[in-house]
Amino acid sequence: MSNKNKALLSDPMDDNNPITVQVLGICSALAITVQLKAAIVMSISVMAVMAASNVIISLLRDLIPNRIRIIVQLVVVAAMVILVDQVLRAYAYDVSKELSIFIGLIITNCIVMGRLEAFALGNGVWRSFLDGIGNAAGYGWILILVAFFRELLGSGKLGGFQVIPDFVYEMGYVDNGLMLLSPMALITVGIIIWIQRSRNRKLIEQG
Amino acid sequence: MNRDSNLYTFLFATIMVFVVATVLAFTSQSLKDLQSENVRKEKMQNILSTVGIIIDRDGAEELFNKYIEDQLAIQNDGSIDASVDVFNNVKLSLELKKNPEDQDFPLYVANIESEKYYIIPIRGNGLWNAIYGYISIKEDLNTIKGIVFDHIGETAGLGAEITQDWFIERFVDEKLFDINNNLVGIKVSKTNNDPNNTDKNDHEVDAISGATITGDGVTDMIKERLEHYIPYFNTLRSNQIALN
Repeated sequence: MSNKNKALLSDPMDDNNPITVQVLGICSALAITVQLKAAIVMSISVMAVMAASNVIISLLRDLIPNRIRIIVQLVVVAAMVILVDQVLRAYAYDVSKELSIFIGLIITNCIVMGRLEAFALGNGVWRSFLDGIGNAAGYGWILILVAFFRELLGSGKLGGFQVIPDFVYEMGYVDNGLMLLSPMALITVGIIIWIQRSRNRKLIEQG
Repeated sequence: MNRDSNLYTFLFATIMVFVVATVLAFTSQSLKDLQSENVRKEKMQNILSTVGIIIDRDGAEELFNKYIEDQLAIQNDGSIDASVDVFNNVKLSLELKKNPEDQDFPLYVANIESEKYYIIPIRGNGLWNAIYGYISIKEDLNTIKGIVFDHIGETAGLGAEITQDWFIERFVDEKLFDINNNLVGIKVSKTNNDPNNTDKNDHEVDAISGATITGDGVTDMIKERLEHYIPYFNTLRSNQIALN
C-alpha cells in the first residue's frame, strides 16, 4: 500500500478526524454512546454503509448526471442503510431495537454524504473504499472512546458487564448518573478535542 | 450520450430507482422469515416475563410451550371462539379498529407449579404512537402478578421509561377490581400519596415526571382492555365459587 493510500486510512484517525476536527456526526455521537455495545455496532454499521456507498458512487462517478448527483448519493446511502437495518433485525435483533431510529439516521450523518461528495465522486474505487473505511474508523474510535467513559462512569459497567467491584460501592462510591445524559457526551467529546489539540499543534488555528 | 441532457437524467433516475427497489425488495423478502421469528420469540419472552420467567430469546419457545397451557380467544359476551389461533393470528393493532362485538380478546393461561395466571395483551395510545404490553393476573382474578410495557416511539428518557423495571415493578400486587368486583384499573397518578407504593389497594401507581400523556395512555389501555374480559371473568368466578 502506497503512502498516499495509507494516509487515507490514518488521516481521519487524528489530523482530520470527522468528529473531533471536522465536528461532523455529533448528533449520533451524543445519542448512542451510553453503552459500549451500541457504540461498537453503530461504528460497524457506519463503516459498512460508508465503504459500500463510497465504492458504489465511485463506480458510477462517470455516469451520474451532475444535476441530480446529490439525489443519487442520497438514494445510494439510504439503500445501504436499509440493508444494514434489515440485516441487524434478522441477526442482531436486540441491538437493532436498542439503536432503533439511529440506524435510520445514518442517512443524515453528514460524514457519509460529505465523503461521497468530496471524495468518491472524484477518485477511484480502491481509494474511495479506503477513504470510507478510514473515515468510518475515525468516527468509530471516538464513538467507542466516549462510550467507554460514559458506560464506565455512568453505570459502572463495560459492554454490559459490571467492572467496578461491589466493595467499591459498599465504601460509598456512586455511579454518576449525569454521564448517561447527552450533555456529558458533549463534554467528553470536548475533553477529547482538548487533549488532541494539546498533543497535535497542527490543529490549532492561527490568529 | 450527453450526461447533462434531460433524457439522460431521466433515464438514469429511472434505472437507478428500479435497481435499488429490486435489491431492497429481494433483501426484505429473504430476511423476512428470520425477522418474524425474532418478533415471535420476543412476544413469547414478553408473555413469560409477566409471570416472572426471564429467559433469553432462544429458550423462550420451549418454556412458552411448557408453561402456557391455554390460548383463548374470548368474545365480548364472555364465550370462547375455539377456532382462532390466538398467538399467531390475533393482532391487537388490527383488533382495536373493530367494534368490540367483532373483536377477539386474547387470553393466555399460564400454569406454573400449579399456580394459574391469566395473561392479557394490552394496547393503547401513548404520546407519539402506540404503547402496548402484557398484564398477568393471579388466580383471584384481581391481583397483578406482573406487567410488561413496550412502545413504538415514546420520548426517550421520558415516556420511553415505561419499559423500565422500576416502573413496571410498581404495578406488582396492585388490585384491578374493588371489593364489589367492579373494574377500577390502575391509575398512573401524579397525585399519588403513596410514592413508596406500600398501599397495594389504592389502584394507583406513581407517574413518571414529564410523561403525563404516556402515563394516561397506560391508565386508559389497562382499563379499556380489561373491561372486555369481565363477562368471561364472571363466568370463571362463579365456577370457582361452585367448586368451593
